[in-house]
Amino acid sequence: MHFDDLVNGFPNLTTTGLTQGAIYALIALGYTLVYGVLRLINFAHSEVFMFGTFGAMWTWGWLGFGSTSGRPGLGTAIMLIALGLVVAAVVSGATAVVVELVAYRPLRRRNAPPLAFLITAIGASFVLMELMGAATGRIQFGMPPLLPSNPVINVGGWRITPLQLATFVVALVVMFALDTFVQKTRFGRGIRAVAQDANTAALMGVNKGKVIALVFLLGGLLAGVAAVFHNMKTGNTRFNVGFLIGLKAFAAAVLGGIGNLRGALVGGLLLGLVESYGSALFGSNWTNVIAFVVLVVLLMFRPTGLLGESLGRARA
Amino acid sequence: MSAVTDLWHRVTGFFNQSKPARIGLIVVFVAFLYVLPNREFYEYLNIPGVWIPLYTTGNDMAFVLFTCTWTILLALGLNVVVGYAGLLDLGFFGFFAVGAYTVALMTSPESKLITEYNWFESPYPWLVTVPIAIALALLSGVLLGWPSLRVRGDYLAIVTLGFAEVIRIIAKNQDWILNGDRGIPQVGHPPGTWPDGTPIFQFDAKPYYWLALTMVIVAVFLIRNLVRSRVGRAWVAIREDEDAAELMGVPTFRFKLWAFAIGAAVGGISGSLWAGYNNFVNSATFSVENSILVLAAVLLGGAGNQAGAILGGFLVVYVPEWLRSVGDVFGWPKTVRVFDINLDVSPTSLRYAFFGVLLIVVMIFRPQGLWPNRRRAAEFKDRRQAVVVGEGVG
Repeated sequence: MHFDDLVNGFPNLTTTGLTQGAIYALIALGYTLVYGVLRLINFAHSEVFMFGTFGAMWTWGWLGFGSTSGRPGLGTAIMLIALGLVVAAVVSGATAVVVELVAYRPLRRRNAPPLAFLITAIGASFVLMELMGAATGRIQFGMPPLLPSNPVINVGGWRITPLQLATFVVALVVMFALDTFVQKTRFGRGIRAVAQDANTAALMGVNKGKVIALVFLLGGLLAGVAAVFHNMKTGNTRFNVGFLIGLKAFAAAVLGGIGNLRGALVGGLLLGLVESYGSALFGSNWTNVIAFVVLVVLLMFRPTGLLGESLGRARA
Repeated sequence: MSAVTDLWHRVTGFFNQSKPARIGLIVVFVAFLYVLPNREFYEYLNIPGVWIPLYTTGNDMAFVLFTCTWTILLALGLNVVVGYAGLLDLGFFGFFAVGAYTVALMTSPESKLITEYNWFESPYPWLVTVPIAIALALLSGVLLGWPSLRVRGDYLAIVTLGFAEVIRIIAKNQDWILNGDRGIPQVGHPPGTWPDGTPIFQFDAKPYYWLALTMVIVAVFLIRNLVRSRVGRAWVAIREDEDAAELMGVPTFRFKLWAFAIGAAVGGISGSLWAGYNNFVNSATFSVENSILVLAAVLLGGAGNQAGAILGGFLVVYVPEWLRSVGDVFGWPKTVRVFDINLDVSPTSLRYAFFGVLLIVVMIFRPQGLWPNRRRAAEFKDRRQAVVVGEGVG
């Protein structure tokens, strides 16, 4: 136990925790959306995220920015990030929709039991991960340096780097947009209807298949956004990068109450903070253990998470 | 074609009706399994027509068979949890790790329990540590089940997955006893010497295979008796409808805990066998991929049926090895260039992708598994005939 580290590094730990938490929250939204509508843990979502990291990396590499190139100017960097966001979101979104069409839709047609869905999700996750592993030779790839690391805000120990600021702002904007989409638009109403009662919604004329595909697409887009910031934060990616971060994002979704969009945000940020403080207290080796212990303890006392599970019953 | 199916029905009908014939067949098959790792024997097994050997060229046949058998033990243990009690456990390798580490810590002269902490003076023999390993695995099953069995279904899956990951990280980081990534070498072997004085259990996989096979047979009989008792009926009731079982007076929590504990104990035996043969234990083996491979074995073979679990355990280990041998015979390429990318296409590298595809295909077309339990297959059939709204024509 290193209480001194926690106290001395508190501002720094908080900002890194919130940044990591924002990334968790973006991925957790994908789990939560799919769970809210289908009651399915979409294990393949971690691989959807992983495809996004590679999509962004390959785009940057194609434009001539590899791990060995120098730091570009601020304007170029912002252009590159924006392009990376678009490409990663498209790649991830497409992957998610393909998984839904190839793996889950045939199961729904056959009215398969929930266990079959979960196993299929695991199978899809393996296929995507191992194909990427075989294609990339199972090695780690570095990212080009894009944003400068000197802090933009420096007030009394609170130092915020441009990357942290960008991650947090973009994540909040994206999540606000998603919330508005689900609450205010016609498509969003369809999603909420299917989440509440899929069969009745279908009988009332909601196109269930389209809504489900849309939900996978939305989750994929958000995972793509998370992938770009993860790339810039860690500076590398590899074929199995999704596994652990996906697991933790799922833990975050459960923490906030799976199926609940605002819960994913709360859970993600909370998990990021807990991990950050915990790694200072117990040492960074134990970061992942802390995340799971927190999850198990919370599930014992509040089996539906902090905010409760509901997408259909979410207050409009 | 009809002549073949007719003959098949006659043969199966004969074995269904005559119990002595059934027992005779099983005895012959078990005897076959015991002689299988002898080189003089398996060399002549091959698929006729084109000459394709059934033995493996990449690894020693006895080693492959031993790997199959400890995987089968794991599958049998997991089958109790997933197949009978219907609890999805994604972290079954955690119990394997508990068994393996217990044996390693107590039998290795390098163990820190001996060299630094003086818990005991000299390493215990392997045989003594096996019951302790089983007991500790059972205890860890109870300890995991106690808090986590209160949550259901998907949540349980994620909690068990977390448990396996926590065990692996502890094994990786813990330096005081478990020695971190450097692991524990010189794990003890089972006792016994050949007539000429050399030890039976050393680095040859064959005796280990025989021992593991015996363990499998014992485990099959014990679990079979358990499943046919009140305990087994309670498990099936919980699997089919937990609320109804509870209302009918089945203490569901207690029986779920039992399923967890017994599954864990079988996993612990598997771990102790593996630790003995492998002679070295560290955290690298206990990845979540392996837990999922065992789950794939159970579901592929047919959850809720021991024969299915055995078939599944055999297939997930043997098929990739065999495909590699066939690849060697026919000159399957190691890598293929597609769009300037070198795709690694060796069967061992692609096997997880292959099992991923297999899982998806089996779940879509044969969700009951290859060799299903009759009652479970009927449940699946019922579901399939139910009306689905809003999915078009299936």
